[in-house]
Amino acid sequence: METIIFLVQQTWFFSIPLLIVALGGMYSDRSGVTNIALDGIMIIGAFSSIFFINQMQDIMSGQPLLLLAVLVSVLSGMITSLFHAYASINLKSNQVISGTALNMFAPAFAIFTARMVQDNHVQQILFRNTFRIESVPVLGDIPIIGGFFFQNNYITTYIGFAVLAVAAIVLYKTKFGLRLRACGEHPHAADSVGINVYRMRYAGVLISGALAGLGGLVFVIPTSTNFNATVAGYGFLALAVLIFGQWKPIRILFAALFFGLMKTIASTYSGIPLLASLPVPSDIYKMVPYIATLIVLAFTSKTSQSPKASGIPYDKGGR
Amino acid sequence: MNKRNLFRSQGFTNAVSSISAICVGLLFGLVILFVSNSSQALQGLGIILKGGFSARARGVGQSLYYATPIIMTGLSIGFASKTGLFNIGASGQFIVGAFVAIFIGVKLQLPESLAWSHWIIALLCSMIAGGLWALIPGLFKAYLNVNEVISSIMMNYIGMYGVNYFVKLYVYDSLKALSQNVAETAVIPKWGLDHIFFNMTGNYKDTATINAGFYIAIAAAIVIYIVLNKTVFGYELKACGYNRFASKFAGINEKRSIVLSMVIAGMLSGLGGGLLYLCGANGRRIKVVDVIAPEGFNGIPVALLGLSNPIGIIFAALFVAHITMGGEYLQQLNYVPEIIDIIIAIIIYFSAFSLLLRNVISKLFRDRHVELVSDTGPAGKPGRFAGASAGLNDGVEKEDK
Repeated sequence: METIIFLVQQTWFFSIPLLIVALGGMYSDRSGVTNIALDGIMIIGAFSSIFFINQMQDIMSGQPLLLLAVLVSVLSGMITSLFHAYASINLKSNQVISGTALNMFAPAFAIFTARMVQDNHVQQILFRNTFRIESVPVLGDIPIIGGFFFQNNYITTYIGFAVLAVAAIVLYKTKFGLRLRACGEHPHAADSVGINVYRMRYAGVLISGALAGLGGLVFVIPTSTNFNATVAGYGFLALAVLIFGQWKPIRILFAALFFGLMKTIASTYSGIPLLASLPVPSDIYKMVPYIATLIVLAFTSKTSQSPKASGIPYDKGGR
Repeated sequence: MNKRNLFRSQGFTNAVSSISAICVGLLFGLVILFVSNSSQALQGLGIILKGGFSARARGVGQSLYYATPIIMTGLSIGFASKTGLFNIGASGQFIVGAFVAIFIGVKLQLPESLAWSHWIIALLCSMIAGGLWALIPGLFKAYLNVNEVISSIMMNYIGMYGVNYFVKLYVYDSLKALSQNVAETAVIPKWGLDHIFFNMTGNYKDTATINAGFYIAIAAAIVIYIVLNKTVFGYELKACGYNRFASKFAGINEKRSIVLSMVIAGMLSGLGGGLLYLCGANGRRIKVVDVIAPEGFNGIPVALLGLSNPIGIIFAALFVAHITMGGEYLQQLNYVPEIIDIIIAIIIYFSAFSLLLRNVISKLFRDRHVELVSDTGPAGKPGRFAGASAGLNDGVEKEDK
């Protein structure tokens, strides 16, 4: 039981960032703009918010600081995504171009700025982790469930679930969601009934930027005590989770949990008695999440349907 | 060719738009240099522009050595995008090809009479390995409808961890924590390049790492150019990328085309791995770290800057390698070398403006009724990214009625 509770707690740390970022990508894709810049935006979001924590941690600590950092990451993510939005919506350029540019720019910018701004001229930004919640009052004492959800956790995990709930409601139960989906499926039809396609696409990309920036922070906080200009390719994995999840919020949750669990097993197998006794080297374990995802995809993709207009610039005068 | 024809050619407008993006990128670079340390900014820009030339002939040789793998991965990504696929898996194919080349370079024992073929065998095997690595996403895409982007990303990680494991198992130099040196016979010969790219320090001849691999990369680009533009096979692959369903209707075996496109792209990346790592003592070795090979991702900007044209990709790779070397020398002024990545990123971003710019140029030089329009990729039911990757290609000329 101890082991299972430990596994579940670890799984959150891997799954929640994937969930948040993939949901961000979902907004963008559903509006018709492919966002392969997720990785770069995550790095910018993590960089600015961790730097914020680094600067402010002498004045404040704990949850208030983390919540402010969340705001910083969201804002910086949105600002970064504006560049992607402008190039792919206004300029109607190929959406891989600005995505690639941002993915290349982000780590270089993070290293460059960290080395320029910090007194010791190193690229790592250190922070003290004062954010872990040992046990949520009352809820943490519930047997089993308390262990799964309310012990050894971060407030960001709950933010992740909130993002999921909001996404599921917004996408399917609101006017905005319907319009967003229309712009990703058939922008000309949407335009003909008076929806401003450009504005909807801007909204989609900005939301994806906000969530990707947040995801960057959420990824770094539980897993490290410094930020080294990388999010370990999680932006690309989130892209995979998004496709795996078929652009649907609940399926994205399951995809993220599946991948996160696999990743947890791969990185903590030495703590699991059954797996530790097997003569399998660590590199093989590290491959497991990716191989498992490939196999699952092979069986589930036959009917895959991406948003039809995703990746295609919208031109009012086009057919 | 008269002057007017030159200005009207599409290659000219494409080159002008790429070059103006480069100028904007360098201008931003200068601004960044000024912000970080204004007193040496101009000197810094000079070093970036001089690139490998800062270290004379040997430096140039080193930048050509660095250009070789990104020509290959750029070709791989450019070729795939011409055929409607986004090959984000170049990194995985690259590193698997590299490992196989090194493995054969270290382990294969050939009789004396066949020793000359050692490096050729290693290169061929690296190509096959890269192709096989891309075969899986290709088959998955064609027969199981799995998006090639996601399967390629997965194959990148599987390749990276797999290669780490096998390097440690078979060809590990535990003292240096790198892969072992390959046998003398497996090193790609110099073919005269060592007589050009060297520096003399006293009596010591300091030779650059560049070898005939560079010729092979150029040859590969020319072959891909011919296949894409002059053969029926290339035409079929391109048609499939443009509209999979129309091609099927026209009698092209579209599943076979998708698989073959992926495999060829993988072979190019895999060969790139072989070309980089089959080198003498002062060349690159595989480091066993959990990081995806950057050469694969660097192929994306190269392909974009070269507009997916094989010849354009050669020049784009040379340029990227050139200023990356410049970034290395920039460290003597206490600048951070990452500034080069920022510049390249800005160049890529501004190449997004190229469509705008190309229209302006075409208005300046072209007849009024010929206009460049944006290529928005396959109409109807495009695969995800299909539109995006087809858009990597040049604008398409359209006659107004």
